[in-house]
Amino acid sequence: MFSFIARIIARDLSLALRRPADLAAPLCFFLIVASLFAFGVGPEPELLRRLAPGILWVGALLSTLLSLPRMFADDFADGTLEQIALAPYPLGLAALGKAIAHWMISGLPLALISPILALQFDLPMDALVILFFSILIGTPALSGIGSIGAGLTLGLRGAAVLISLVVLPLYIPALILGAGAVDAVAHGLSPRPHLFLLAAFSTGSIVFAPWAAAAALKISLE
Amino acid sequence: MQMINWYKFAAPAAFYPLAGRMIPWFWCLAALSGIAGLWLGLCVAPIDFQQGEGYRIIFVHVGASWMAMFIYLVMAFWAAIGLAFNTRLSGMMIRALAPTGACFAFLSLWTGAFWGKPMWGAWWVWDARLTSTLILFFLYIAFISLTHAIDDTRRADKAGAVLVLASVINIPIIYFSVNWWNSLHQGASVSLTKSPSMAAIMLWGMLLCAFAMWMYSIAIALIRVRGIILERERNAEWVRALLAKEASGKEDKAQC
Amino acid sequence: MLEAIQIECQRGDQRLFHGIDLCLKGGELLFLQGKNGAGKTSLLRILCGLAMPVSGEIRWQGENIHRLRERFRGELCYLGHQNAIKDDLTPLENLMISTRLHDEAIDEDAALVALEQVGLAGRVELACRYLSQGQKRRVALSRLALEKRPLWILDEPFVALDAQANQWLSNVIGAHSERGGLTVLTSHQAIAIPAAEIRPLVLG
Repeated sequence: MFSFIARIIARDLSLALRRPADLAAPLCFFLIVASLFAFGVGPEPELLRRLAPGILWVGALLSTLLSLPRMFADDFADGTLEQIALAPYPLGLAALGKAIAHWMISGLPLALISPILALQFDLPMDALVILFFSILIGTPALSGIGSIGAGLTLGLRGAAVLISLVVLPLYIPALILGAGAVDAVAHGLSPRPHLFLLAAFSTGSIVFAPWAAAAALKISLE
Repeated sequence: MQMINWYKFAAPAAFYPLAGRMIPWFWCLAALSGIAGLWLGLCVAPIDFQQGEGYRIIFVHVGASWMAMFIYLVMAFWAAIGLAFNTRLSGMMIRALAPTGACFAFLSLWTGAFWGKPMWGAWWVWDARLTSTLILFFLYIAFISLTHAIDDTRRADKAGAVLVLASVINIPIIYFSVNWWNSLHQGASVSLTKSPSMAAIMLWGMLLCAFAMWMYSIAIALIRVRGIILERERNAEWVRALLAKEASGKEDKAQC
Repeated sequence: MLEAIQIECQRGDQRLFHGIDLCLKGGELLFLQGKNGAGKTSLLRILCGLAMPVSGEIRWQGENIHRLRERFRGELCYLGHQNAIKDDLTPLENLMISTRLHDEAIDEDAALVALEQVGLAGRVELACRYLSQGQKRRVALSRLALEKRPLWILDEPFVALDAQANQWLSNVIGAHSERGGLTVLTSHQAIAIPAAEIRPLVLG
C-alpha cells in the first residue's frame, strides 16, 4: 500500500522535474503578486509589515490554485488516469499520492521562498520563522482540498475558474490560521494555538480529502 | 404492520403527482404563517429601545439566515442518500434546493447590510455571522456553477453531491475559524439577534416568519423538482402519456 | 470466466445498446464489432468497471466486479483508446512505470527485451515526444509482451500498426489464448489470430 503511494509520488515528481519551467511559474507568480501589493498600498514600512502575513498567505493560496488544474488533467488527457484507476489499489491511495506530490512541487517551494518575500516586507526574524512554518504546515491542506476541486472539474470547459470557485471557500480556515499565526507573533502572542490547529486541519485534509477526490475522479472518468 | 413503501416514492414517476398534490398545502401554510408573523413583527411587537424601528428587519433576516444554513444541510442529506443508494430523485432534489438556498443567503446578507447601516454606520462590517453567511453564499455559488458546467446530468448530480458533502464537513471548521478570527481582531460586536430585551412577542413573530420561509422553500423546491423531472424523463412513457393527457384537456376546454 | 448480464448503456438521452449477454471462458476471444458510435468503447469501459451500466451487471469468476474491486483489477489488463504514455518520458521509463503501477515489477532487461520485440530497439532512450503515432502505439502495446494476467481488454489495438507489428500483436494475443487467457478486443479490420477461439459480437 505504502509502496503504491510512493510509486505514484515518484512518478509525478519525475514527470514534474522534466518540465522545470512549469515548476517555476507559480513561484514567480507568488513573487510578482506579493510585490504588486507594495505598489498598491504604498511603500510605508509600518503598513507593509502589518499587511505582510495576509498578503503572503493570499499569494500562496493563489499560486497553489495556478498549479491545481494540472494535478489530474494531463493524466486524464493521455489516458494514464484510466490506468491508475484500474491499478489493483483503491483510487483514494493514488489521489493521496498525487496530492502529496503536488504539495512537494508547489507547497514546499512556496514555503522555501516565503522568507525572502518576508524580508521584502521587513518582517522581524521571529515572525519570519513562523511564516515559513505556517506555510509549510498549511500547504498540505491546500493540496488535499485542491485535489477534490481538481477531480470534480476534470475535463470541463473553464476548469481553472471553476476550481477557484469550488476550492477557495474551503481554503478559508487555512488562511485564517496561517496568517493568524504570523500575526500573533507580531503582536507578541504565542503562535502555537494557531499552528496546532493548522496542523490538525492539514492532517485532516490530507487524510480525508483524497477519498473525496477519488469519488470525484470516478465520476469524471465515467 | 403496514410499511410505507419509500422506494416507490423515490421513483420520479411516483413522486411527480405526489409533489403536485402537496404544493398547494405548503403555499397555504407559507402564506398564513407569513402574514401572521409579519403582522406580529411589524404591527404588534414594541419598538426596541436601543435599536428603534430598524430592528424589525430581523423578522426577515433571522429566518433567511436559518434557511440558508438549513437548506445546505438538507442538500447534504440528499447528497449522502444519493451517493449511498444511487437514487435519481436525490440529485434532482439537490439541484432544486440550491437556488432557493442561495437566494436566502443573499437575502440574509442584504438585510444584514440594511440593518448594519444604521447600527454600525456601514453597509458591511466583517462581523462573524455575516462573514460566515457570505462564505455559505460562496459555497452555493460554487455548487451552482459546478453543476451548470457539466452537461451530462448524471455526472453533474454526482459531482454536486460530492462537493456538497465535502463542503458540509468543512462548514463547522469554517465557522469556528471565522468566529475565532473575528474575536481576535475585533472584540465583542453588537449582535443582531442577541438583543437584551427579546420579548416573547418578537420571538413568536420571528419563529412564524421562519416557518413561513420554510414552507415557501418546500413549495418552491417541489415546483422546481417537478420541472426537473419532466425535463429529464421527457422520453419516458409516463411523461408522454401525461403530456398527451394535458394537451387533450386543454383542447376540450378550448372547444367549450 | 467473464460474464455480462443484461447490460444496458445510455449516452445522454440515447440508448446505445441493451440486453447484452455474454459469457467468455478461458482461451476464448471476444471480437467486438460495430459502426462508429455503436458503443464499442463504452462496452469495454463497462467491462473494465470504469463506467457503470444503466442496468445489468458484470461478473468475474461468478462475482460482481464492483464487489471484487481490487481483486478483479489485479487480474485485468486494459489498453484504452489512448496510449497512456507520457511524452516527456522515454519508452523504457514509460514501460517500467506502467508495469510498476500494476504491481508487476520487472527489471530493466526484461523491459528492454519487450521493447525490442515491438521493434523499438534503437529508440528506448528517446523521449516519446519524438516518436510517430505507430511507434507510440507500440510502446503502449509492449506491456502485453510481459503480461501474465488472465483478462485482456484491448480497445482498437491494431490501429496505426504496420504489417510487422500487426503480426507480432496477433501472435502475442494468440499465445495468451493458448495459455488459457481471455481477450476482449475491438477492431475495424478483420483479425487473424492463431490458436484463439474467436467469438464475434456485433453492436448496433
